[in-house]
Amino acid sequence: MELLWYIILMTMLIIYVILDGYDFGAGIIHLFFAKDEDDKKTIIRAIGPFWDANEVWLIAGGGVLFFTFPILYASAFSGFYLPLIMILWLLIFRAIGIELRHHVANDMWRVVWDKAFGISSLLLALFFGIALGNIVRGVNLGGVIDGVSNYEPIYFFLPLWNPTFSPQAQELGVIDWFTLLLGVIGVVSLTIHGANWIIFKTNSKLIPKLKNVVFNLNIVLVVLTIFTLLVWHIINPTPFKNFFTYPLLWIFPILTFIGMGGLFKVKTYKKSGMGFLFSSLFLVGGLSATIASIFPKFLPSTNTVNPSLTIENTVTGNYGLSTGIVWFAIGILLIIAYLIFQYRIFSGKIDTIAYGEEH
Amino acid sequence: MEDMLFYDRMQFAFTITFHYLFPQLTMGLSLLIVYFKWKYLRTKLEHYNKAAKFWMKVFALNFVIGVVTGIPMEFQFGTNWAKFSELTGGIIGQTLAMEGVLSFFLESSFIGIFLFGEKLIGQKMHFLSGFLVFLGTWLSGLFIIATNAWMQHPVGYEILDNGRYVLTNFSELFFNPWLMPAYLHNQAASLVTASFVIAAVGAFYLLNNKHHLYGKLFVKTGVIFGFIASVIVAFPTGDWNAKNVVKYQPVTFAAMEGVFETQPTDGEIILIGQPNMKEMKLDNKIAVPGVLSFLTYKNFDTEIKGLNEFDRKTWPTNVPGLYYAYHIMVGLGTIFIGAYFIALVFLWRKKLYQTKWLLWSILFLVPFPYLTNITGWYVAELGRQPWLVYNLLPTAQGGSPTVSSGNTLFTLLGFIGLYLLLGLLFVILIGKIINKGPQPIK
Ligand code: HDD
Ligand code: HEM
Ligand code: HEM
Repeated sequence: MELLWYIILMTMLIIYVILDGYDFGAGIIHLFFAKDEDDKKTIIRAIGPFWDANEVWLIAGGGVLFFTFPILYASAFSGFYLPLIMILWLLIFRAIGIELRHHVANDMWRVVWDKAFGISSLLLALFFGIALGNIVRGVNLGGVIDGVSNYEPIYFFLPLWNPTFSPQAQELGVIDWFTLLLGVIGVVSLTIHGANWIIFKTNSKLIPKLKNVVFNLNIVLVVLTIFTLLVWHIINPTPFKNFFTYPLLWIFPILTFIGMGGLFKVKTYKKSGMGFLFSSLFLVGGLSATIASIFPKFLPSTNTVNPSLTIENTVTGNYGLSTGIVWFAIGILLIIAYLIFQYRIFSGKIDTIAYGEEH
Repeated sequence: MEDMLFYDRMQFAFTITFHYLFPQLTMGLSLLIVYFKWKYLRTKLEHYNKAAKFWMKVFALNFVIGVVTGIPMEFQFGTNWAKFSELTGGIIGQTLAMEGVLSFFLESSFIGIFLFGEKLIGQKMHFLSGFLVFLGTWLSGLFIIATNAWMQHPVGYEILDNGRYVLTNFSELFFNPWLMPAYLHNQAASLVTASFVIAAVGAFYLLNNKHHLYGKLFVKTGVIFGFIASVIVAFPTGDWNAKNVVKYQPVTFAAMEGVFETQPTDGEIILIGQPNMKEMKLDNKIAVPGVLSFLTYKNFDTEIKGLNEFDRKTWPTNVPGLYYAYHIMVGLGTIFIGAYFIALVFLWRKKLYQTKWLLWSILFLVPFPYLTNITGWYVAELGRQPWLVYNLLPTAQGGSPTVSSGNTLFTLLGFIGLYLLLGLLFVILIGKIINKGPQPIK
């Protein structure tokens, strides 16, 4: 049962990254490439009817984590206190950036909200990458110093950084060179993803430029990915152990590389959605492979005193899990129905259909 | 530890108070929007449709702020109340996850469709999507209050040796005797807010001599719904809630009512008075004998238990705050019924639209349902203290063991700054929307 919920949870996480990822990416594109009002409007329209529902995957995923693995939820949310609260603040800025800009027809007003939207999207992409880095690197569970736990073994607390920025220090920080590396990968891959979404959903005059952006950033992405693989053993001496135990898992790295390979041909695709498909493949593969490398751990322990948090030692009672699966199954079917309905209504190039009235 | 929890509590209180300013309107308003849209489908009169769309704009702005302030609520259980989450997450997480999966998706998908899709999907589907938004918001309310009801009156659980709670009976979460009275009361109260807002906007247009057609429609709709909702809030739902408190949290009830000494018979109801915690009595008391025991037990000569009967350690931690919150809620609730009854009579006599003083009164009443909703929640939450889970888990044991008070103060200040900005923006923009008004009829 707990394995099923683990898979559900990870799937929700990945869906969240793919969906909200494209609107973070759109925000980054908006920040760096949108020049005139027309570009900006087109980009915002491309995510307008979707971003809110996309964000619900985060909320619902958080709720599912809360009830299925409450111990992990308690440990991680209090341990990553500061970065999480900052993520919340950024989410607030981003949402009001998107929603408030059209309320007042004044250039200065719009500049403020455009920047709020763009910068918070950029920082969120960075933070989510850093978060992933923290999870695979692990934390000092129990706050062990010199072999003695300072807290209960499941708790920890990380400051934003430690003075050495090293992922191997005894007192870790949220940001070190390794997590920052994953943060940059987050930004690059979501920028590509967002550009692909705009290419897919609009007829913007930016499209030729965006195709170049995707191509060039993809080179950066390949370099960064390979570099990360090379340094991975520094934070985890046996990073590929799981892949040899369960060979089926190789499918994830393969998907990652198919994704990156496909992105190189972005300039020649006839169908405008192909690029988006490949960047989604990259995200699915990359995230799954990363998560799989620490399975069945959720949050590795960097000390030898306290055990890592795993599926087994953070799960709630079996009864709750099995009643939950019933309403969850109903819920997920409904969600799929809404999604189909929603994406069909707003199908096609969204800047050309008469969608609602400007308010 | 003491100090740290103080900021945690302030942060929770501040962020939830701010959050709840928005859903209380959207839950009630979505019902009224569905009503306007339904009227339009039946009568084909264009102004009903435009009214629905106008209120949808107000809804959308409220919704955005409700969403962005709601996400921190959900995260705060883990960030600030880690021990509580670790121990009870298997239960309260269940209802919160249901809220995410079963209602937030519904709301957020269909609000986009309702706002942007009218021309793409046709009138019937447009009505349906409005209805689904309404359903989504009311389901959110149900799940969140089911969560809260469990904290007020825990059911269907078992405590393991390591102190963690696991669920043993799912359906009890929803048949919790605390849930339905609280839910219905709360939903009626949110309809009060929405109706008062609609009526006030209508009054504003009439007093301003513009948008006459809409002004009349809004005042009329607001007054009718507002009166009905105000009555339901007091009776039967407020009364049910009070009986639950007597039954499950008797010491809370004594503090709410300001009863220090047990009253053998003829329990008096206190209208005015200031709790004096030093001498354990009410100063400047004005009271009506007999009524309290009648209201709570349907009997004039039942004994009402006073605070003196309970161990001081079990008293709610903030008796005066609880007492005032309760009296403000009930007092204002009574005033609402009275004021809207008068408005209803004038409406009936077809004099309401010309009666300036009454329109002004409707306008000035608009902040008070907000205040009442918030104080009502303070009654529930202060009444639950010193427990996080009533009679089981003390609030002092629920915090995050590793988060220091300096960090919580930092984030509390951050939230205060950010929410002040949000509030300011909201007021400016909502003023703009209302001042512009619905689209005129051609
Ligand atoms: C417009 C808002 C409003 C109005 C006019 C009233 N209430 Fe209320 N009340 C609420 C808004 C509210 C609320 C904010 O919605 C609460 C908080 C929790 C809940 O479920 O509803 C609440 C809770 C609440 C409780 C539960 C306290 C607890 O959980 O410990 C009681 C006993 C009452 N109310 C009783 C009344 C009575 C007798 C009223 C008579 C007029 C009344 N309320 C008017
Ligand atoms: C609009 C509605 C609400 C308001 C205005 C409100 C208000 C408050 C206040 C004032 C406190 C601080 C009490 C104190 O420390 O003395 C508090 C605490 C708390 N409330 Fe609520 N509350 C609301 C709804 C909820 C709901 C729905 C839940 C549960 C799902 C909840 C869970 C909590 C928790 C966990 C705490 C922190 C621990 C504590 O101090 O008891 N609240 N709330
Ligand atoms: C601790 C308590 C609470 C938590 C954790 C919480 C959580 C949330 C979250 C995450 C959202 C955003 C949903 C979205 O993206 O669509 C939200 C919005 C909402 N919440 Fe809360 N909430 C709390 C208290 C309340 C209370 C007390 C009510 C009403 C009884 C309420 C009713 C709503 C509604 C109707 C919405 C939809 C958005 C809106 O209408 O403004 N919430 N809440």
